[in-house]
Amino acid sequence: MKIVLVAEYRDGKLLGSYGELIDFADKMGGESVMFLVGNDTDLPKYDGVVYLADAENFGEYNPDAHKKLIVDLVGKEQADMVVFCHSSYGWDLAPRVAFALKAAQVSEIVEIADGLPVTPVCNAKLRRTVKVKTPQSVVTLQSGAFGLTEEPAGSPVIEKIEGNGEGRIEFTGYEEAESGGVDLSKAQIIVSAGRGVGKPENVEMIANLAKALGGEYGASRPVVDSEWVEHNRQVGTTGQTVSPKLYVACGISGAIQHLAGMKKSEFIVAVNTDRDAPIAEAADVFVVADLKEFVPLLTEKIQSL
Amino acid sequence: MKILVCIKQVPDMESKFKVDTAGTWYEKTDLAWRMNEYDEYAVEQAIQLKEQVKDADLTVLSVGGNQVKETMKKALAMGCDRGAHIEDDSSSDKEPFEIAGIIGEYAKDKSFDLIFTGMQSQDRGSAQVGILVAEQLDMSAVSTVVDFSYSDGTVNVKRELEGGVKACITAKTPLVVTCQLGLNTPRYPTLPNIMKAKKKELLSLPVEDLLKVEPRQETVKVYFPEKKGGGLVLEGDAAELADKLIQVLKEKTAVLA
Ligand SMILES: Cc1cc2nc3c(=O)[nH]c(=O)nc-3n(C[C@H](O)[C@H](O)[C@H](O)COP(=O)(O)OP(=O)(O)OC[C@H]3O[C@@H](n4cnc5c(N)ncnc54)[C@H](O)[C@@H]3O)c2cc1C
Ligand SMILES: Nc1ncnc2c1ncn2[C@@H]1O[C@H](COP(=O)(O)O)[C@@H](O)[C@H]1O
Repeated sequence: MKIVLVAEYRDGKLLGSYGELIDFADKMGGESVMFLVGNDTDLPKYDGVVYLADAENFGEYNPDAHKKLIVDLVGKEQADMVVFCHSSYGWDLAPRVAFALKAAQVSEIVEIADGLPVTPVCNAKLRRTVKVKTPQSVVTLQSGAFGLTEEPAGSPVIEKIEGNGEGRIEFTGYEEAESGGVDLSKAQIIVSAGRGVGKPENVEMIANLAKALGGEYGASRPVVDSEWVEHNRQVGTTGQTVSPKLYVACGISGAIQHLAGMKKSEFIVAVNTDRDAPIAEAADVFVVADLKEFVPLLTEKIQSL
Repeated sequence: MKILVCIKQVPDMESKFKVDTAGTWYEKTDLAWRMNEYDEYAVEQAIQLKEQVKDADLTVLSVGGNQVKETMKKALAMGCDRGAHIEDDSSSDKEPFEIAGIIGEYAKDKSFDLIFTGMQSQDRGSAQVGILVAEQLDMSAVSTVVDFSYSDGTVNVKRELEGGVKACITAKTPLVVTCQLGLNTPRYPTLPNIMKAKKKELLSLPVEDLLKVEPRQETVKVYFPEKKGGGLVLEGDAAELADKLIQVLKEKTAVLA
């Protein structure tokens, strides 16, 4: 089996997630080459051929052009599989490549079981095993599901891809994430509010518990999107990554993008009415309770300790 | 201007799921159904665009059994002009390429200037359909959009990247936009608009006329993951739970010291 691994590059830098691609190729037992639109000052540590297209010429986000480069490479290498990260770059480009190759795409693989890809269903409450029917396939990997146990090592053979990329859409620059305010990454104790708080007034009981514990409060994305809590308190892939001594997730289901931001916490408590909520996978203690009742009670008891 | 918005009806994710008898999807009875969360943002953005340009016709489309019409009615009450229901009782057996094929076939000679979809569906979550529709229609596409503005055939959007960084993009119509959470604030249909929506066109078309592609993958099985971690589960009276939790925190952590 021949596999093309598509590494990512952002704002002049190679992203570390390429190690996940290498691990996946190892697990598939395939022979791989890597593809990258980047530059030769920041290269993957990888024993194999890296096809490098210069980001200066091809743009960091130019799906029409990147698609064409990958499709051409798949033809040249006679590859059976193209592997992306399930990331803003990967999920945007993968369907375009799959369409051009007339190949099936399997999204967000969490593991390979008996040689077949497994993907999450319904907020990871269920899993699905998939069988591809096309000769070639395109896959994306859930962030963190694969990964090398050691730092990647090796020195690649670079094959430069010359040319220029024409595309129909124009990328005009990056806008940095809002910063300032609280730095949750330094907090030792975090109590977070999820959509389960139900209404903006209830955020206060979460903040009160955080205060009683001597920590900060955070939030999941819907709470931030609804503007009940400011963005710099959001925990997750598109917010902050935290690793406190104690993380208390109140009314948070435990979507992968939230887990990615807090699963390194030393001790995790979940408060949730749904015993099957996926946050249970990460929680050291899972309290099955209505937070509106439980959180004020807990706060009171802690205050009177 | 012609606008299309694609919506999917999905179960409430807090539902208790069961695997169906075929073992290839979840059991569809006894579930509460709603509009895919990402698609609510797509509908809202399409309506805002229509309100901005005034002279626009906005179709909402959904592929599914008869029950998806309930969700389509919500989109009509929010402000879509007409509904195209692609009637398909076995839509949940179809893979993203087939769903996109059906939508593309419906859209192919209708010259939509803009097509809005969600970035992913909450149940299957493939994040493919929107972009596959674009490829099929040879339209350009931008995914994961959290900011949208339109002026005179030009669209300016921001794509959300990891860590909350955004990429600023300029594109021309015709264009497919896949919508990410937080793009806007989806409106609640008002009672007068719910009444008005009852008179709006909601046509059902048989899927057989639009399905021209073969599936490229199949589901072998759907199952519950093994419960990992083996964390402690506390259940019962809230006051007792609080005492128990405090006890555990004292034993296992240093935070109450
Ligand atoms: C590209 C991308 C990036 C994302 N980035 C992030 C991110 O950075 N951070 C993030 O958080 N999400 C992110 N998300 C969104 C993520 O997928 C989920 O939608 C989100 O995390 C869900 O938040 P939630 O758990 O608060 O809400 P829900 O999933 O709606 O869960 C609410 C939970 O509250 C429980 N509940 C309800 N009522 C009560 C009650 N009275 N008492 C106790 N429990 C109750 C329910 O059982 C449920 O489990 C991202 C999504 C995408 C696609
Ligand atoms: N059955 C369907 N009917 C209409 N639109 C759909 C359907 N399935 C998916 N979509 C659209 O495609 C988007 C992405 O879905 P998916 O590729 O399944 O993650 C959704 O947010 C919807 O906008």
